[in-house]
Amino acid sequence: MASRDIHGIDAPWGAFRHVGRDLRKVDGLAKATGAAMYTDDIALPGMLHAKTLRSPHAHARIRSIDAADALRLAGVHAVITGEHLPVTYGILPWTQDETALAVGKVRFVGEPVAAVAAVDEDAANAALKLIRVEYEPLHAYLDPFESLARHDPPIHEGRKDGNVSKHVHLAFGDVDAALAEADVVIEDDYVFHGTTHAAIEPHCAVGHYGADGVLTVWSSTQITHYVHRALARVLDVPAHRIRVIQPCLGGAFGGKSDPFSLEFVVAKLAMTTGRPVKMLYTREEVFYTHRGRHPMHMRYRTGATREGRLVGVDATIVIDGGAYSSYGLVTTYYAGQLLTGPYAFATYRFDSTRAFTNKPPCGPKRGHGSVQPRFAFEVQLDELASTLEIDPIEIRRRNLLGEHTTTVNGQRITSNGFARCLDVVEHASNWKTRHGQLPFGRGMGVAGSMYISGTNYPIYPNPMPQAAVQLKIDRSGLVTVFTGANDIGQGSNSIAQYLVAEELGLALDQVRVVSADTDLCPVDLGAYSSRETFMVGNALIDACRKVRPLVVRAVADHWQVDPSRVRFVDGVVVEQDDPPLQPAGVAVGGEARPGASPPDAAAGRRWMTAAEAFQLAEARFDTLGATGAYNTPTLGGDYRGGTIGAAPAYSFTAHVVEVSVDVETGRITCEKVWIAHDCGRALNPMLVAGQMEGSAYMGVAEALMEAHGVNRFGLHAGPSLLDYRIPTTVDTPELAALIVESLDPEGPYGAKEAGEGPLHPAIPAISNAVFDAVGIRLKHLPFTPGKVLAALRARKDAAAGTPAPALAGGAR
Amino acid sequence: MHLKVNGDVHDVDAPDHWTLLEVLRYRLGLTGSKQGCDKGDCGACTVLVDGEPMISCLILAREAEGREIVTIEGLWPLHLARGGEGPDPVQDAFDRYGALQCGFCQSGMILSARALLDRTPSPTDEEIARALSGNLCRCTGYTQILQAVQSIVARARGVEPPRRSWEAANVGRQAGER
Repeated sequence: MASRDIHGIDAPWGAFRHVGRDLRKVDGLAKATGAAMYTDDIALPGMLHAKTLRSPHAHARIRSIDAADALRLAGVHAVITGEHLPVTYGILPWTQDETALAVGKVRFVGEPVAAVAAVDEDAANAALKLIRVEYEPLHAYLDPFESLARHDPPIHEGRKDGNVSKHVHLAFGDVDAALAEADVVIEDDYVFHGTTHAAIEPHCAVGHYGADGVLTVWSSTQITHYVHRALARVLDVPAHRIRVIQPCLGGAFGGKSDPFSLEFVVAKLAMTTGRPVKMLYTREEVFYTHRGRHPMHMRYRTGATREGRLVGVDATIVIDGGAYSSYGLVTTYYAGQLLTGPYAFATYRFDSTRAFTNKPPCGPKRGHGSVQPRFAFEVQLDELASTLEIDPIEIRRRNLLGEHTTTVNGQRITSNGFARCLDVVEHASNWKTRHGQLPFGRGMGVAGSMYISGTNYPIYPNPMPQAAVQLKIDRSGLVTVFTGANDIGQGSNSIAQYLVAEELGLALDQVRVVSADTDLCPVDLGAYSSRETFMVGNALIDACRKVRPLVVRAVADHWQVDPSRVRFVDGVVVEQDDPPLQPAGVAVGGEARPGASPPDAAAGRRWMTAAEAFQLAEARFDTLGATGAYNTPTLGGDYRGGTIGAAPAYSFTAHVVEVSVDVETGRITCEKVWIAHDCGRALNPMLVAGQMEGSAYMGVAEALMEAHGVNRFGLHAGPSLLDYRIPTTVDTPELAALIVESLDPEGPYGAKEAGEGPLHPAIPAISNAVFDAVGIRLKHLPFTPGKVLAALRARKDAAAGTPAPALAGGAR
Repeated sequence: MHLKVNGDVHDVDAPDHWTLLEVLRYRLGLTGSKQGCDKGDCGACTVLVDGEPMISCLILAREAEGREIVTIEGLWPLHLARGGEGPDPVQDAFDRYGALQCGFCQSGMILSARALLDRTPSPTDEEIARALSGNLCRCTGYTQILQAVQSIVARARGVEPPRRSWEAANVGRQAGER
C-alpha cells in the first residue's frame, strides 16, 4: 500500500452499508445542544484578553508609536507593535510580505498596528485609546488600473515591478489565427466586484505558553498545518514545541485559510506575559481581515463557427488584490487556468495581472479565482448562443469536453458528468417549454462550470504525502481516526467516520474522529481547494486496507478457515457463505447501533464481535494501528505554471435559474435555482445537497445583494452584517439540489468534490435569465436595480434609434 | 444580580454594561449562545426570554432579572424533565436533516424554531421562513433548516415529510447505482 494507490470504486464488503445514505454527522447533536466547543468558548485560568489597534489610513508611513501611557493603565499587561514581531510571513513561500503588526508603514484602513493584552476587553480597549501613533499619509491607490499605471510611492518597497503583485501570460495554440477565421467573435468587458465570506463565527485565537517552552495556539483556522509552520517562523520557536489546535469552526469558505495577525499576537503576548491570551475579532475587524473574492476587470473575446463550436478564447484580466499577496499568485493563475472545461477550447490565451491596492487584502473565497472568469465566459457564451440563434443548453452540448481527455492547457480530465448535468437541469426546469416562452419580466438562464477536486500543487513544494491519517484499533471495538484535516462544517470528520466504518465493516458508533490537532494528528494540508473528501478519503482507505488483513487473518486462523471466508458486517464478524453472503436486514441508515448484538445475518453461522476480533488480532500481532496516506499522481501541463490548476479529478455543475425582473424598480428576484452537480459518488447525499444548496445561495447573493467595497478614503463601505447584506430565509430562492454521480476512478469509492463547484454557475445563469426575461445583458456585478434600469433605458433608446449611452450593458 | 437560566437561579456579579450574552457566556459558562456580530444583526445569540426568542447581545443582563431565560443548553434537559426521550425534537430534526453544517448559527436558529412551534404547533412553510428570518446562516442556504422544521410539523400532522430534491430526482444516478 502506498500513497499513490488507486483503491477502486467498489464497496469493500459487497454492498455499501453506510456510503450513499443520508447519515447524521458525527458532531451534529453536539452542535444542536450547544455542547460543541468553538475557539471563543475556551476559557483558561488567568486568561488575558487582547485587542488590536488598527490603522485609520489607507497608506501611510508610521513615524512613531508611543505606548507608554497605555502600559501604565491598570489591568494592562503588555503592548506589542511591529518591532516585536518583525518576521514576515505569507501563505505562499514566494510572497511572504505580511507582518503580524505593521512595520514601518500601513497599507490599508484596518491594518493591525499594535496589540494590547489586559485583564479584560474593557481595559484592553481603554489602552488602545492611549497608544499614540504618528502617521505620514501617502497617496492611497484604490483602483487597480491606477496602481498599474504609477507606483510612486510604491505600496511595497523594493519590488522591481512596481505595484504588480503577479502577472501571468499563457497561450495555447494560435488564438489570433483562430479568431480571425471564426464565423463570429463576441468581445466585451465584464466586471466582478468584491465579496467577502462573512462566516458567522468571527476569527478567534487563544495562546498558551507553558513553562516547559511549549506554545499552544487554538485558532479558528481552516488550515492548522500552515498556521503551525508560520508560527514557528515568525516567533522563532522550533515547530516541535508548537501545538496548533482547531476547535469546532463556525464557517470559513476560504476566509480562514491564511495565517492571521491574531494567531501570532496571542502567541507573542502569551510568551511575553506568561498568561494565556485570547483575541476575538469584532465583526468590523472581520471585514478588514477580509481575504475575500478578488474584484476582476475582464475582457473576453470568444470566437465560434456558425454551428456554435468554440475555436478560440482570449482573456485579459486585471485583478484588484488589495494590500498583500495572500494566495494572489495562485489566484492570478486560476483566473485563467480553470476555465478550460467543461467545454473544449481549440485555442486559448489569457493574460492576467494582479495589482496591489490600499484595500483589505483579497484571497481565496469558495471557488477561488475561477468564479469571476466563469461569470464572464458563461455570459459571453450565452451571447454567442443568442447571436447564432442556438438554444443556450444546446450550444453548451456542442462544445462538451468529454471524459478521460485533456484540456487545451494540459489538465487531465477523468470522470465527467457534465452532459448529464445539462440533461438534468433541462428536464427538471422544463426548460424546453419555458425558456424564451415566459411572459416579459420572467426568464430562465443556464450556465455550467468545472472545478478542482483537490490540487496536486501543495502550498510549499515537498515530496511528502498531501494527506495522511492514523488509525488506533482498540480492544473495546472502537477505532479512533486521527486526521490533520479541518472540519469547517462541511463534514470532513463525518466522512472519515463513514469511510472507516465502511472499510472495516463496523457500526458508525465504533468509529470516533480526532482532527486538526498538530500534536495528535499526522499532517494534512487542510480545508482548501476542495481536497479533503478526495485526498483524506483515499488516505483513510489506504490505512484501513493495511490493518484489515491482520484482523481477518487472526479470525480466519482462529476459525481455521480461509481468510476469504471472514466477513465484517456492522461491527460483527461472520463466516461467509459461498456464494458470498448478501447483506441482510441489519438496521442501518443513520442510527448508530451497538456492534455486539448478534446480527440476523449471522443466523446459523459462526460469528464474533469486532471487539473480539480485534482482541484476537492484538494477541497475535501486537498493538493494532495503521497509517495511511495520499499523494496525487504527477499532473499538469509541461510549462511554467502548468501544475497550477491540475487536480486529480474535476467536478462539474450546471444551473438553470428562473428570475423575475421588476421593470419599474429594476429589482431582480431569483425565484428558483436547479443545481445539477457531478460530485462523483455521493458519500452522503444529504451532505452533498447541503454543499450544493449553500454554494448556490452564496452565488445568488453575490450576484444580487452583496458588495464588499471601500469609499474614496479607503474606508470600508459598511463593515457590518447589516450593511453587508447576506440573504435571510425570506431572501433565498427555492434551491433544488440534483445530484449527478459520475464515479471517478481515483476518488474514494468514486467521490469528488461538492463544496465549491456548485457556486460558479449561479451568477452567470442569473445574468442569462435576465436576458431571457427583459432582453438586457448584465455584465457588471452586482446586478443592482440602478444597473438594470440603466440597461433597460439604453435598450429602449437603442430601439428608438437614439445612440445608446456608455452605460449600455450595465453600468460600471 | 439574580438571573434565572434554564430553571436555576444564579447569583451573578458583572459590570452594569454587560449584555445578557456576555453574562451567559463569560460568567455562567453557557457558551452555546454564540456571538457573531454583537450588534443584533446575525441572531446567533438568540435565547428564549419568557418563551420569546430574543437577541441576547441587545439585552443588558440586568434587564433580564426576574425573567425565565432558556438557552440552547436548557432544551434537552427540559425535554427530559417533561418525560421526553432523546434530545428536543427540534435539535434531533436539525441533526437528522443536515441543517447543522458549521453549527455556529444553529443554537439561535433552533431556539427561534422552538419558540415558533411552542406558539404555533402547525405553522405554514411561509410562517416557518418568517420566524427564522432573524437568524443568519451562511452555510446551508436554509433549505435543510426549513426541511428540518417542516419534518416536525409533518410528523405532528401525521403525514410524511415532503421528499427532498435529490431524493425525488434520481435522474443523475448511473444505471445500476442504488
